[in-house]
Amino acid sequence: MASRVSALAKPRGVWWEGLGRDERLWVWLTVIWGIAMFLMIAFVWPLIGEEQNRLHSYRVDPVTFASQAEAFIQQYQIGQRDGVPVVAPPPGGDVYLDARAFAWQPVVQLKRGETYRFLISSRDVQHGFSLVMPPHSINVQVLPGYVAVLELTPEETGEFPLICNEYCGLGHHLMIGRIIVTE
Amino acid sequence: MATAAMMRRCEITGLSVDRSAERLIMLNAVTAVVYLTIGGVLALLITLTRWQAVHLLAAKLFYEFLSTHGVVMLIFWILFFEVAGLIFASTVLLSTRMVIPWLSWVAYVMMLGGSVIATVLMLSGQATVMFTSYPPLRAETPWYYAAVLVFAVGAILAVVHFFVNIVAARLRGDVGSLPLFTFALMGAAIIALWSLLSGALALFPVFLWTLGVIPEVDPGIYRLLYWGLGHGAQQVNLAAMVGVWYGLASLTTGARPVNEGLSRIAIVLYVLFINMGAMHHLLVDPGLGTWVKNVNASYFMYAAVMGSLIHAFSIPASMELALRERGYRRGLFEWLRRAPWGEPGFAALVVSMILFGLLGGISGVIIGGPQVNMISHNTLLVPAHFHMTVVAGTTSAFMGIAYYLVPLIFQRQLLFRRLAQWQPYVYGFGMLILGLGMGLAGHWGVPRRHWDITFSTAPVLGVNLQELRPEIAVFLAMMGIGGIIAVIGGAMFVAVAVATVFVGHRTPRPAVGRIVPEAFSPYPAIAGGSGEPAAAAAHRTFEVPGTLVISVVFLILFIFLYGFSWFELSRVPWKIG
Repeated sequence: MASRVSALAKPRGVWWEGLGRDERLWVWLTVIWGIAMFLMIAFVWPLIGEEQNRLHSYRVDPVTFASQAEAFIQQYQIGQRDGVPVVAPPPGGDVYLDARAFAWQPVVQLKRGETYRFLISSRDVQHGFSLVMPPHSINVQVLPGYVAVLELTPEETGEFPLICNEYCGLGHHLMIGRIIVTE
Repeated sequence: MATAAMMRRCEITGLSVDRSAERLIMLNAVTAVVYLTIGGVLALLITLTRWQAVHLLAAKLFYEFLSTHGVVMLIFWILFFEVAGLIFASTVLLSTRMVIPWLSWVAYVMMLGGSVIATVLMLSGQATVMFTSYPPLRAETPWYYAAVLVFAVGAILAVVHFFVNIVAARLRGDVGSLPLFTFALMGAAIIALWSLLSGALALFPVFLWTLGVIPEVDPGIYRLLYWGLGHGAQQVNLAAMVGVWYGLASLTTGARPVNEGLSRIAIVLYVLFINMGAMHHLLVDPGLGTWVKNVNASYFMYAAVMGSLIHAFSIPASMELALRERGYRRGLFEWLRRAPWGEPGFAALVVSMILFGLLGGISGVIIGGPQVNMISHNTLLVPAHFHMTVVAGTTSAFMGIAYYLVPLIFQRQLLFRRLAQWQPYVYGFGMLILGLGMGLAGHWGVPRRHWDITFSTAPVLGVNLQELRPEIAVFLAMMGIGGIIAVIGGAMFVAVAVATVFVGHRTPRPAVGRIVPEAFSPYPAIAGGSGEPAAAAAHRTFEVPGTLVISVVFLILFIFLYGFSWFELSRVPWKIG
């Protein structure tokens, strides 16, 4: 059996030895636990969970995205809120969400139980899509030049604040938007 | 003859200490503590601003100080201390010479120059781009990026010198197998090398872009490269901290690693797999596919988690064995009751291991899952996680070992010993409260890096998150109060360190207790004298039953919290994806 030395001293001779009973037991437990966690993420939750991280994305020129978002707002605008356009896109349709320092545009009005495809991008710096939805929030990173495609199905009516959770400049804490869900 | 004058023999440990190495260790360590002090003052101001009821600083100052706090603590304090550790582990601990002292001087000057310029630019509001400096957000001056790059190159040189020292010692025949402490730091150094390279690859184009040489930087590719540094640097801290844990166990209880091979394999697991941790920051990014995220962030990553779980077992196991060998054999836990709780290094080790493991490690695994990450990305839970790993874990451990290495290297009597005895507990308690408050607030949806979650100055669509969920006010108060206590704990460390270094009684034999000298000897005399396992005959039953019980309880808690996180995800009222 190899001799043991302090962690601060140079081990002498051959120190390689087999695992003791205690160590073997613990190593097996950690291996099993690691595999269990991997299975949960890769296979179990994708089968049973309703909240999936299946984010799609594509590249876009920020200017193009901005004009697409403007066109979307013009097409479906139903009013204004604090000077911010409110849009009601058709159920099952696309929702352009345009981030800029320091605003989310537009305010989106959705119908409960319908699925929408959110197309989220920024026209300037990086932002953070953070939809406050007690008990938690749903968060997606927003990069200029990339569109994050997120499928959302609102299951509750009400107003949900949309805040920015990526520092985007000295007015970061002014950036706020809204998603409204109606019956 | 020239060599003899350059070396001194330590009267306590018997190690030969290269004078030039010693000088550079002192310089790097003192610089580190200066940055720790700056970062600590900023920490207090920031936490008192995010504690919404106090809301101390104005927005601009808050963001400036937050940027500075992040870089000063995560990069400058820790890297200067680690460079001191790298020099120590590759020269003093091996009783060998420093091969190219001027290289370490160049490294130090570059690190100092880069860090001072970067700090001044951040504090003066010319580089309020946070720790991450994500483009296309840009600092007002390109010289910020240049300063950080100069620092990074300096750090790379210091790491290279570490390898040069070890290879030279090996060639000279000064060392066969490395001490486990040095081995762990070698793991840290390998991770540091590619982390720093990855960071330089990310930042250099940004520097060129701010100069106007190239038209743009792809923000997605920047993030991928940047997090090689951003998370990689924390893995450096992890590996270095684990080395310090083993060191502290040896210094305070005379522990000898139960199985050298297993402990070293666990460190190799870090080197091979922990870089996947970088992917944790990109789990809700556009531009990367689901499987890239799943495989990197879970499958490979868990190999590194396994490394940590092995250390979490083998370090207490080695202490249990050492204390049992000294006669504390009754029951499962007599060894734990009779452990040296009043020894600052032991206190720091326990605080560091508990907070790192229970809060830092488990929270990291949980929010590092691609699905659960959707409800935690960029919330306060993220800084809660890394304050438990890098602050409560790494910083506590570094402070703990400083109580032994500062007297030995500076040859000064440790001052304010009672303060040092209490310091780890005060610091740990503060960090615990801060971590819980921050983590819960994040879990309740509070974003990180945000000046005002009441949106009191928002021109349109304002909403008050604290009114929406009143519990948040309590959590943020916990963060603030915990922060104050932790800053007091940090100040206690700085007081002890500064007093010892500058006014401690000069002596070649500072009082460090009975066990410390043994810890540096390959022929420990404490138990049995031979260094052979005293309990070889008892190997038929469990050798370390107490540690097994603690570890299994820890694993059960881990499984419970992990399961709970999925339950929490399932409570999100909307269907996603």
